[in-house]
Amino acid sequence: MAIRRATATILGGLALALLVFGQPARAELRVPITEGQLEPLPIAIMNFATSESGELANLGVKIAEIVREDLERSGLFKPVDERAFIETSVAFDNNPRFGDWRLINAQALVVGRVDAQPNGEISVQFRLWDVFAEEHMTAKKFNGVPDAWRRMAHKVADTIYHRITGEEGYFDTRIVYIAESGPADRREKRLAIMDQDGANHRFLTDGADLVLTPRFSPTAQEITYLSYLDRKRPRVYLYNIDTGQQEVLGDFDGMTFAPRFAPSGNRVVMSLASGGNTEIYTMDLRTRRVTRLTNHPAIDTHPSYSPDASQVVFESDRGGAQQLYVMNGDGSDVRRISFGDGRYATPVWSPRGDLIAFTKLHQGRFFIGVMKPDGSGERLLTSDFLVEGPTWAPNGRVLMFYRQTPSDKQGGGGKTRLYSIDLTGYNEREIRTPVDGSDPAWSPLLLQ
Amino acid sequence: MRTMKLFGALAALLLVVACESTPEDMGGASGAGAVAPQPTTEIIVEESVTYPPGSKEELTALYGDRVFFATDRSDLQGDARATLEGWAQWMRQYPSVTLTIEGHCDERGTREYNLALGERRASSAKNYLVALGINPNRVAIISYGKERPAVLGSNEFAWAQNRRGVAEVN
Repeated sequence: MAIRRATATILGGLALALLVFGQPARAELRVPITEGQLEPLPIAIMNFATSESGELANLGVKIAEIVREDLERSGLFKPVDERAFIETSVAFDNNPRFGDWRLINAQALVVGRVDAQPNGEISVQFRLWDVFAEEHMTAKKFNGVPDAWRRMAHKVADTIYHRITGEEGYFDTRIVYIAESGPADRREKRLAIMDQDGANHRFLTDGADLVLTPRFSPTAQEITYLSYLDRKRPRVYLYNIDTGQQEVLGDFDGMTFAPRFAPSGNRVVMSLASGGNTEIYTMDLRTRRVTRLTNHPAIDTHPSYSPDASQVVFESDRGGAQQLYVMNGDGSDVRRISFGDGRYATPVWSPRGDLIAFTKLHQGRFFIGVMKPDGSGERLLTSDFLVEGPTWAPNGRVLMFYRQTPSDKQGGGGKTRLYSIDLTGYNEREIRTPVDGSDPAWSPLLLQ
Repeated sequence: MRTMKLFGALAALLLVVACESTPEDMGGASGAGAVAPQPTTEIIVEESVTYPPGSKEELTALYGDRVFFATDRSDLQGDARATLEGWAQWMRQYPSVTLTIEGHCDERGTREYNLALGERRASSAKNYLVALGINPNRVAIISYGKERPAVLGSNEFAWAQNRRGVAEVN
C-alpha cells in the first residue's frame, strides 16, 4: 500500500487553522493526523549541542538522529536535510533566526543540548519552535543514566509528536514478537524483544520450544505467550523480562492459548481447548482463580478487553464460520458485531477504545482492518496473500502486523516480516528484524 | 511376521505410491486412502520387510499414520474412518500401546483459530477411536495449528496434505 493520496498540504492545513482561529499570528502549527495522508511536515532538527567531550560528545548527534528517524517513520514529518541549514548553531536560550529557517521551508525547528550532571547522569533538553509563527511551542528536559540516551531521544520525539499532532507519541515503546528461522516444516521460533525502532534487539528464548503469540502486560515488564515447553501440551506462560523467569499459568486439562492481559494487569484472559471445544477463561493472577466467560460448543478464542475492561471482543465460529463477537466482562450479553463477507478473526481492542482491529479472510486473501465496537464503519487497511495479527501502538493511531509470502514446493519463500501501518491505511513500513518475524505485540508507553 | 500383515503392509505401501503418483487426486478434501488398491501379481515380495511389532512404522505400513480433513472441517470422512478403524484394530492387538494424535491445519487460517481447529480435529479422531472401544486414556491429543506443515508449498495439494491428524506411537 505504497499509494499516497495528496490531499491537503500543510499550508492548506495552516490556512484552515487560520480560518478557524482567525488570529494569524497565533496560528497553531498542527498536523491533523486523522485526515489521511498529508504532505509530511518539514521539520528541522539540529544536532543537540554539548560542551562535553569523549563519549558524550557524540550523543548530541546520535540523539538528533533518533528523533529524526522516529518522526520520519511516523509519515507525518519530513526532517529537513541538515546540509540545507543556513543557521548552523542556535544557543539553547536564544531565539533562532526564523527567517533563515523559513527560507529552507522548515515549518518547525528543534534545538537541543546534552549535558553531564554531577551525579553521573546526563540531561537531554530541547525546544520546539514554530518557525512561521515565530513562537516557542514547548521545551522539555529529561534526566537519566547515559545508557538511557536512546530512550531519552524517543521521549523527545514523543513530546514533539504530541505537541504538533495532539496525540500521544509511541516512540518510547518496545515490540515483542516471534523470531522465525529454518524451513516451514521445522520452523524454529524464539521469543524476541526490541525497541520500537529495532534497536536493542535480543532473543528471550533459545528456540528449543515452539513459542507463539506473545503479549505485553500493561507495565511492559511481563509477557504472556504460548509455549510448547518440553513438547508437552501447549500452555500459556508468563515471562518476566527483568528476571528471565518463565512460569506456566494454571494447570488445565487441555491446551491453553491466545492469552492477553486485562487492562489492569491483574488478570489474563485466554482460551482453553479440551475435547474439541474451545472456551474463553480469565485467570486472576493473584488468587489464580479461574472464571469461565463463554459457554458454547463452538471455537471461542482470541479475546481482547476493552480499555475499561467492561467488555471483551473475541472470535467464534458459533455462527458457522469465524466472526467477531462482543460480550460483557462477565461473559453475559454476547452479540455478533461482524457481518461483512468472509471470515473475521484476531480482534484487538484499540487502547483508545474507539475501534477494533482484526484479520479478515475473504476469497483466498487476508486483510487487516478496523471497525467500531458496534461493528459499523469497517475499513480495510491492507491486504495480501497472508497478513495477520494486528497490534495497536499505545496511541491507537498506528498498527503493526505480520505478512507471510507464499512458499514453493522446495521450501523457498514463506518469508515472514513485520510491518506498521497508519490507521488511515497509509505509511506502511517494514520493521526490520535480524531474522523473520511474526506475531508482533506493541508495548504500552514505557514508564519512567 | 504373518503373511496377512505383510500383505497389508505392502498394500499400504502400494497405496502410498499410487497416491504420490497422482497428486491431482489429493487436491480435494478426500485425501489419501479413498480407494482400496488392486492386488497385482507383478510385485516381488521382499522377505526382509518387517517392522517392530507395535511400532509407528508398522501402523503406518498397515493403515497409514494420518487422516485428512476438508477445509475448516473436523468431521471424519469415509476414508478417514476406515483408517481409524485400522488404528483401533491395531491398538486392540497391542493393548499396551498408547497414541498421541497430532491435529494440524493448512496455512490459510489465522494462528489461534488454527490451534483450536487442530485440537478439534485431533479430538474428532480420538472420539472415533473411543467409539470403537479404545480406552480414552490410551489416546492423547496435541494441536500444532498451522505450525508444522507436512508438505511445503502454498498450493491446494500442500494444503490438503496439511489438514491432517497424525498418529504418533508413544
